Amino acid sequence: MAEEKKATRKKIQAADRMNKIMADYFYGLNEAATTGKRKVAWCTSVGPAELLQALGFAVHFPENHAAMLGATRMSTDLIPTANAIGYSPDICSYLTADIGAYLKGITPLAKAYPGIQSVPKPDVLVYNTNQCRDVQDWMAWYSKKLGVPSIGVTSPKNVNDVTDAHIDDVTRQIEALIPTLEGIAGVKLDMDRLRETVSLSRECTELWKQVLETATASPAPITFFDGAIHMGPAVVLRGTREAIDYYKVLLAELEQRIRDGVGAVDGETSRIYWEGMPVWGRLRQHSELFANLMSTVLASTYCSSWIFPSFDGNDPIRSMAKAYLELFIVRSDRYKEIYIKEMIGKFRIDGIIYHDAKTCPYNSNSRYGLPGRVEDETGVPSLVISGDLNDLRCISDEQTKTNIEAFIEQIAEGR
Amino acid sequence: MIDADRQVLGHSVRKSGTDFSATAAACLVDSLEMAGSRRDEIVNAVSTGYGRSNVAFVTARSKTEIGCLSRWGRDRFPEAITIIDIGGQDNKVIKLDQDGRRASFKMNRKCAAGTGAFLEEMSLRLDIPLEAMDALARQSLEMVKLGSYCTVFSATEVLENIRHGKKVTDIVKGLFYSVVKRVLEMDSHAGRVVMTGGVVAHNPYIVEMAGEMAGRPVVLPEFPQLAGAIGAALYALDETDPIGVPDNIPAGETDG
Repeated sequence: MAEEKKATRKKIQAADRMNKIMADYFYGLNEAATTGKRKVAWCTSVGPAELLQALGFAVHFPENHAAMLGATRMSTDLIPTANAIGYSPDICSYLTADIGAYLKGITPLAKAYPGIQSVPKPDVLVYNTNQCRDVQDWMAWYSKKLGVPSIGVTSPKNVNDVTDAHIDDVTRQIEALIPTLEGIAGVKLDMDRLRETVSLSRECTELWKQVLETATASPAPITFFDGAIHMGPAVVLRGTREAIDYYKVLLAELEQRIRDGVGAVDGETSRIYWEGMPVWGRLRQHSELFANLMSTVLASTYCSSWIFPSFDGNDPIRSMAKAYLELFIVRSDRYKEIYIKEMIGKFRIDGIIYHDAKTCPYNSNSRYGLPGRVEDETGVPSLVISGDLNDLRCISDEQTKTNIEAFIEQIAEGR
Repeated sequence: MIDADRQVLGHSVRKSGTDFSATAAACLVDSLEMAGSRRDEIVNAVSTGYGRSNVAFVTARSKTEIGCLSRWGRDRFPEAITIIDIGGQDNKVIKLDQDGRRASFKMNRKCAAGTGAFLEEMSLRLDIPLEAMDALARQSLEMVKLGSYCTVFSATEVLENIRHGKKVTDIVKGLFYSVVKRVLEMDSHAGRVVMTGGVVAHNPYIVEMAGEMAGRPVVLPEFPQLAGAIGAALYALDETDPIGVPDNIPAGETDG
């Protein structure tokens, strides 16, 4: 019988260290919430986390929690609970999974970190709609439910070039948050501390960029599937020394792989770019599928979205505004096309897979003709797969597998 | 089953049922009988389709149906073509360039619209055998237009049309129109358009309708339902050592 092989990507040794600092982070959050020693802020993924950290808040990221619900495959059972109270199955499945989990009193943190009972109760909810409108609606639900304020930045969207007008707007919005946050934190903002935090974020982001760029080597020492896991510290611990120390260790390991000629996938024959969200509940399955096909998904928009080259400790608030605006998801298709074409060249990409996530239009860049335009200009073939980040009801595993196998066949035959 | 000259010698189509290996083995027995061949005369085999990993007598490897349809198209058409395959589970649009290289492919999204599953559901709703649909559609004088994407919504539309006294022939033609419209909308078309798959094999009127709607001739090839299987056989032939005979098919394993 034409048996399906089982191949896996190679384990990254630094993962144990990452697990330790992530555990410390979650226990720290839990302690803040349960003892009241520190105030707790919830912050959307590219919200003003640097400001919150400088004010001494312990910062919880609901999107990170929602991704954990997806990765543990808990989300699909929880989403219907949010659907039942009026949050449509067609909207963000991070939102619906997270609210569903809260309503059911469930969190993957409890299983992963013994002693933690629930997500940390917030003192304030802070959003930036640079990701999408859903984050504002998400925080609004918790605001009403928990009786805590929800404040944030309403970001420009579909931006071609980030101009001073955009930056002025967001800078003023961030500044306007400060009095409220100072009132909740019970301290005045220390600008020196903010400068230091932004500088640490910058350092973290530069190391994360270097980590991802090791995949320019052939064979690539890291895959998108590794990146989706190892970006944890860049998401929740940016602005801290721990994240910086971790990425130095990870980078050293990947550079050693390059020196040794070791790829994340044995016998790499094709190099793939992933555009869009991961399918969190299928991360391992997809990783093995590509490894079996001797293909490395080695670069992605998603993992690269936590690179913020504009952070500048000398001009903290304005540089935060600029960094939050330069994000891929904030930009127009014109910008996105240029960006993807640069990535194709830099990583020597053989094919692009666009994940059209049913509940995440903002991270699904296959809906306005972009794949065809990029393909016409570069000659690099592309494939659109239908799926979702967290709602496994929107996925046909067999169709995904057939599509990806056929795509890799096509790349091989095109040589 | 094909010979070294790429001619089809034997074939068999069965419902896959719940035991893919047993069904594949039964198809092999049928094909051998049709070809008048013996088991030990088979030199190589490649499996394809959704059950491609469950074909017990294939020890070499499997290929996707998209790959096999492309291989078939490259063999049968010495020009740029667009293959539109309508299967029971899904449909596909595959474009081959003038050298027979696959330029692109698309599968339907997570939806039964435009697939054989849609017609199967509707034949149940209308209580008409699937095999009677082609003849009924041809008798239509005033086609009913169904607007919805969705199989469930379309079923409701069909019920509404029955309630309004529309003729079954006109409804069935409307169903065919819906299938053709969905598959033609999936992608642009380059070169000659060729339709394959079980749906067009049993309902050739769909190909005629597609030609009218596309404003260009659409080809219904010989063995439209077998195109993917022939492609798999061509891959098996490609991999066959012209001198030696690979021992890929263990004797006596036809029962899976």
